[in-house]
Amino acid sequence: MNITIEKKRIVDEAGNIIDPNYEKYLTEDLIKQFYRKLVLVRTFDRKAISLQRQGRLGTYPPFEGQEGAQVGSASALEKDDWMFPTYRDHAAIITFGQKLSTVFLYWQGRVEGCVPPEDRKIFPPAVPIATQLPHAAGAAMAEVYKGSKNACIVYFGDGATSEGDFHEGMNFASVFKAPVVFFNQNNRYAISVPIERQMNSRTIAQKAIAYDIPGILIDGNDVFAAYFYTKEALERARNGEGPTLIEAQTWRYGAHTTADDPTKYRNQEESLKKREQIDPILRVERLLKNLGYWNDDWAETVQRDAEDKIEQAVREMESYPKPKVDDLFDYVFESPTWTIVDQKREYMSFLEKIGE
Amino acid sequence: MAVQTEKMTINVTMVQAIKDALRTMLEERNDVLLLGEDIGKNGGVFRATEGLLEEFGEHRVIDTPLSESGIAGVSIGMAINGLRPVAEIQFLGFIYPAYDQIMTHATRIRMRTMGRFSVPVVFRAPYGAGVRAPEIHSDSVEALFTHMPGIKVVCPSNPYDAKGLLIAAIEDPDPVLFLEALRLYRSKREEIPSGKYTVEIGKGKRIKEGEDVSVFAWGAMVPIAMEACRRAEKEYGISCDCIDLRTLYPLDRELIAESVQNTGRAVIVHEAHPTTGVGNDVMAIINDTSFLYLKSPIKKVTGFDVPVPFYALENHYLPTPERVLEAIVETYRF
Repeated sequence: MNITIEKKRIVDEAGNIIDPNYEKYLTEDLIKQFYRKLVLVRTFDRKAISLQRQGRLGTYPPFEGQEGAQVGSASALEKDDWMFPTYRDHAAIITFGQKLSTVFLYWQGRVEGCVPPEDRKIFPPAVPIATQLPHAAGAAMAEVYKGSKNACIVYFGDGATSEGDFHEGMNFASVFKAPVVFFNQNNRYAISVPIERQMNSRTIAQKAIAYDIPGILIDGNDVFAAYFYTKEALERARNGEGPTLIEAQTWRYGAHTTADDPTKYRNQEESLKKREQIDPILRVERLLKNLGYWNDDWAETVQRDAEDKIEQAVREMESYPKPKVDDLFDYVFESPTWTIVDQKREYMSFLEKIGE
Repeated sequence: MAVQTEKMTINVTMVQAIKDALRTMLEERNDVLLLGEDIGKNGGVFRATEGLLEEFGEHRVIDTPLSESGIAGVSIGMAINGLRPVAEIQFLGFIYPAYDQIMTHATRIRMRTMGRFSVPVVFRAPYGAGVRAPEIHSDSVEALFTHMPGIKVVCPSNPYDAKGLLIAAIEDPDPVLFLEALRLYRSKREEIPSGKYTVEIGKGKRIKEGEDVSVFAWGAMVPIAMEACRRAEKEYGISCDCIDLRTLYPLDRELIAESVQNTGRAVIVHEAHPTTGVGNDVMAIINDTSFLYLKSPIKKVTGFDVPVPFYALENHYLPTPERVLEAIVETYRF
């Protein structure tokens, strides 16, 4: 079938501004802000992998390569918007305001890792794939009900588009014109299953046609495309025009998680060769250089600042108080039922008896 | 000055009582809204929501797409964002597509966010056999929900309890599965208070006092159990203590223990399948609280470990007063 969807970008791989409509927004200040954010999250990701290898962090799903898509889209949100991430969107949640140490805690198996800052509506990652799409639709419908102009962004990968909840969430949101941006990161692999095995559709963006909503295909490694197109989609949402599907084509350099071996299903050498061409951070560096804004010393301080922040977060994580056994029991219901009260009492006295 | 006396009670069937509860809460709280298939314009396939769209508008009584997982997920999204959605699943047998959303999200969100987000949602579902319904429509699978921590399950057997429990469910800060026995929707009328009242979740009710055998039941099995108790008294002089449990999680441990410690014998009646049925939890409570008081083994009278049959045979599947009576007599004569 012949459906052509143009892949949108604002800055190309060589760091040239190729969409003149956005040139005036690409100020030195804006570009440098994005560069900082990108460096921060990449530093976080590499640190997390290093910590996992040292046994200081549990199994971890890296996002290196996808920073452009996540940082760009997350930067488009207003502070009262909602974010529904997947388990790989640490760059997005960090950009939107999640504490660095909290993100580390999640991958240490700590429930505290699910709690966002008081002033941010960052929902914890939905583990069953795609189940977050209907949540975003519902939260968005509630915003309209309450009369606000808040919107929701929901992240999901290429694999998620095969799940029924992808359809049910998109369908609901389109019927009720819910203010949601469905932000898909297509990195072409769902663990080991390549996109050709995941779907017959040539793009994910074209699935929007089925719901009669805008479907936008972007170069996910262009942080500015991710930023501006998400911003526009959010505006449409706030104005009552309903949801948008954005497909951000991108690439995951690493494994599905640190417990995965991608050489079994992918040519990793090829994967690393692509980096020189498609890397989202290199692209911004080239842009800065092309515009004469680059400075080696400045770039070094940006890297050092990022490392300082990450080290601080590691210290916070590792000095965090041990988990409380009470937490097993205390948060299931607002007021625990008698079975939980009994079981907690019995278990706690058992622990006391055996001297724990 | 003329004083106007308001009518203090209404005479209603169970399904009308359910509607009255919904109306009462839609009126009282702006954050309550209803969603489900056919609930708006159509007033619900059983008329449980008739007239509510006209009274409260389409933003509060929402006809949804045919999408149980979507309904559940959207309700969860609304609930974490400050609303109190009451979602109808047209039949309990169609809740399975929504099971993932309920099991992995509704029941866990409070726990996994340490209370930062919570899910004050009610899932309403008609269930049960005895109404010659097509396949699946009669599934009674409350045990699939009582087993998952994080949701309460209630099952009224009469108009008064239906209204009070539904209001309590809507006011509950956590998820509640509200089961509506199809067979009882229109089976009797009762005078119930017209205003707002609640029935406490987690509390059963003694509906007949007795000394010899405790009989526990819920939902559509309550009138069955009561009929058996009546006949036990009349035909055998056996005095039964009949308890309508009303809430399936958490079960009313105090009432169960109190009854069995007095009678020393128990018969549990439910239409759901016996294996892993909630009757086993009642037995566990009796074991834990009242073992030494028992004079005979506990008996269960239930459906069978077979899928609920095509309705031509449903009268053979469902517990009947005869089967319950036999269990009472055997227990008594052990």
